[in-house]
Amino acid sequence: MSVDPRGLRPSYSFPQNVLAEIHRAADQGLYEIRGYGAKRHLPTFDDLVFLGASVSRYPLEGYREKCGTDVTIGTRFAKKPIHLKIPITIAGMSFGALGANAKEALGRAATEMGTSTTTGDGGMTEEERRSSKTLVYQVLPSRYGMNPDDLRRADAIEVVVGQGAKPGGGGMLLGMKITERVAKMRTLPVGIDQRSACRHPDWTGPDDLTIKIQEIREVTDWEKPIYVKVGATRTRYDVALAVKAGADAVVVDGMQGGTAATQDVFIEHAGIPTLPAVRLAVEALQELDMHRKVQLIVSGGIRSGADVAKALALGADAVSIGVAAMVALGCNRPMFVEDYHALGTEPGFCHHCHTGKCPVGVTTQIPELQARLKPEQGARWLKNYLTVMTLEAQTLARACGKSHVHNLEPDDLVALTVEAAAMAKVPLAGTDWIPGQGSRY
Amino acid sequence: MCGIVGLFLKNPALRPSLGTHIKVMLVGMTDRGPDSAGIAVYHQPVGKDSCKLTVFHADPHYHWREVGGQLGEALSAEVDIDVKANHAVIKVAGPEVAARAWLKQHHPEVRIMGYGELMEVYKDMGLPVDVIARYGIESMEGSHAIGHTRMATESAVTTEHSHPFTAAADMCLVHNGSLSNHNNLRKWLRHHGHDFETDNDSEVAARYFAHRMGEGATLAEALEAGLSDLDGFYTFTMGTRDGFAVLRDGIACKPAVLAETDDWVAMASEFRSLANLPGVDHATIWEPKPAVVYSWSLQ
Amino acid sequence: MITVDIDETGVRDLNERLHRLSPDTNQRAWRILNPKGAHALACGLTIPIEVVIEGHTGYYCAGMNKEATVIVNGHAGQGLAENMMSGEVRVKGNASQAAGASAHGGLLVIEGDASARCGISMKGVDIVVGGSVGHMSAFMAQAGNLVICGDAGASLGDSLYEARLYVQGSVESLGADCVEKKMTPHHIAKLERLLARAGIKTDARRFRRYGSARRLYNFHVDHADAY
Repeated sequence: MSVDPRGLRPSYSFPQNVLAEIHRAADQGLYEIRGYGAKRHLPTFDDLVFLGASVSRYPLEGYREKCGTDVTIGTRFAKKPIHLKIPITIAGMSFGALGANAKEALGRAATEMGTSTTTGDGGMTEEERRSSKTLVYQVLPSRYGMNPDDLRRADAIEVVVGQGAKPGGGGMLLGMKITERVAKMRTLPVGIDQRSACRHPDWTGPDDLTIKIQEIREVTDWEKPIYVKVGATRTRYDVALAVKAGADAVVVDGMQGGTAATQDVFIEHAGIPTLPAVRLAVEALQELDMHRKVQLIVSGGIRSGADVAKALALGADAVSIGVAAMVALGCNRPMFVEDYHALGTEPGFCHHCHTGKCPVGVTTQIPELQARLKPEQGARWLKNYLTVMTLEAQTLARACGKSHVHNLEPDDLVALTVEAAAMAKVPLAGTDWIPGQGSRY
Repeated sequence: MCGIVGLFLKNPALRPSLGTHIKVMLVGMTDRGPDSAGIAVYHQPVGKDSCKLTVFHADPHYHWREVGGQLGEALSAEVDIDVKANHAVIKVAGPEVAARAWLKQHHPEVRIMGYGELMEVYKDMGLPVDVIARYGIESMEGSHAIGHTRMATESAVTTEHSHPFTAAADMCLVHNGSLSNHNNLRKWLRHHGHDFETDNDSEVAARYFAHRMGEGATLAEALEAGLSDLDGFYTFTMGTRDGFAVLRDGIACKPAVLAETDDWVAMASEFRSLANLPGVDHATIWEPKPAVVYSWSLQ
Repeated sequence: MITVDIDETGVRDLNERLHRLSPDTNQRAWRILNPKGAHALACGLTIPIEVVIEGHTGYYCAGMNKEATVIVNGHAGQGLAENMMSGEVRVKGNASQAAGASAHGGLLVIEGDASARCGISMKGVDIVVGGSVGHMSAFMAQAGNLVICGDAGASLGDSLYEARLYVQGSVESLGADCVEKKMTPHHIAKLERLLARAGIKTDARRFRRYGSARRLYNFHVDHADAY
């Protein structure tokens, strides 16, 4: 007797993956931990489109009619602001979460493209400082590997209040990735599951953050730009307070932002998408007359030059990529497929960074797996990808008549859905309508 | 987002210099809150069956005298008005409930900053040193004062979100920190008859404590109840008719320093606001423990 | 001896001067007047000079100290010697919250009391407190020694890693995974050396030792209520 498939009715509330998750929770008694960012369906930049050239707006040619892409970060207070050739930086990802080869590949590619990389939880490695010409040093709640000498040899400093994947959560690294080297850097016993603080140990709140930023400036003799990074939640207040606290730049990471490991519930159910976060951040800056004076770097699900152009059009000064950079380095590439299977997944679905058994050698500490990612190859892949993203952004900008990507503006965009129109405060295509205007924002 | 200060003079001989000292304390908190400042001063009690209201209107030419005249007529009571920039101190030889009700009904454009028998509340935009000068705080005498400096999250040119928040006669509150369940509490308090002027979490705390005291709780009991009902991070300094109280939440991340001599008790978010008080070098200096009510009273 | 009056120079000027000293400078002794609770005094030092501060400091005094000796003849504000790498910091009075936060090395001596979160996230520093410490001290303390000659407030050593805690007085309560451990002659000898370095005369044998039970090192559902 075979089952009549027509009678099989899936539950919308309890689909297969929810059933599997409840069974797993019942078996293990531990919340699901995974890497990557939000996988659920969300309004994204895909729901915005550019109004290209027309009878009233003329495009630029390629080649001679240049479309500039450079950006300077940290003009507010720092003696030595950062000059980037492209408005795409590499987001903070820890050595520990990533292997040494991956960090080196990131550094090399960024250096060739004239942009920056960022350290993560666990501190600065020699490989990254050597390979990355412009290195941003994170100051995180855990302070693992925090070192004033590294602070002094960084090019910029990023005080991390939170990240999009888990706003309000601390770093997480599971035992199998706490190798000798990682353990030494973090002053932890080898092989334990790292417990991390979610608040900074020596300040809480923007009033104390103001004083902390001053201390960092004093230690570095006011040379380096100081960024403040937040996961996107109450973005308008956060950006205003970061400005008041004395930041040179603000980094806003939407809920699509990735992580190497955290609870699935955190990733999927906390934080707001990048799309509304950008507009909220820009509005906060404009209200304080600080737009372009305090730079805004946006991250969380940036995937192509179209996303770059749209983020800039909405008012960002630059974007940052994390997951996309890892994908360029080979994440989810269909190679070593048996090893994906061993993790219980397939290329294209893998989010198993937390296991430390990355089949392509990116988010692993295991030497045999790391060897699968050669720094030169990874650097070439990432450089190519960054080049493509830049060309794509320039293509769209030129089509809108811009000689510099920074001249993109919200009026170059319309929305394809009501949600995107409301979140990005951009009219629904074919109409003048921006839903949600007239709220208390 | 804020700095808070409080000064309570045990020794009456120091009362003439209350304003001088609170000025230095408040200005010391400018870095924590450069956008606006507020101060409550307890002094010059009005007689029995009288009341004092501190009121605000942004228009520097507001017709205070006229309003005062109408109020006196309506209540058949003597009214005295002392205008200070955009605030006015109205003394009424009549009950405060009636005076406030009349103002609310006939002049809703006037904001009542504080009321009671001796408390005056001044709050405005600007640097703390400028706000102090605007109302002549430096020359005020009195028994105690609390103050607040604010780092604003919105650019609005109103004083609405400034502390101290008044919720009962001679009672006001300043707050450093961030509550996390104030929206539900606001609904509950509204249900119990309290009106709110802002969506500010600190106003919720002020009205919550007033509610508990209105139910019969002492100051200390009200604050203790707050430990269970208010969630989030806070250092509160509350001013009352007879003194002041300080309370930190159970996690106590927001800063607070207390200093005491035989002559005075002072609190501030940072020690540097206490550094210039007379005799501070020999004061007992300590940080309040979490979830413990500290209070001082003239009685 | 070089004397600097903060009223005249401001903090930034002082710190820049101290940072610009070369390792072989002969300007090794500094005296700072009128700190009046200013923040970030003598932070980010890198060479073995001695800086004496006459008065009370604000936040982050001697923050990120390397090699230098900083002495505060008064009270110190929040985050004293935070992330110190080496050297010595000494406070004659009391220290505010988060003293020695995330510090990696060196010696921090607080002759009076320390407030909440003393030694939070410490990563190798030795902290000796002549008086008592406030609640949540040694929270997530990873390495180093915290010696408390007075009492400890609530939740001592919450989520403790490998730091060692020694308490002479009472402990209001212990945090998650922090347990009392045996004081052996080895520990007593170590403690005696720490007390001697701190210049505090008291009998090491009166102290009790606390450390991590290590039950939270790898997640197990049976310990879920500790989280």
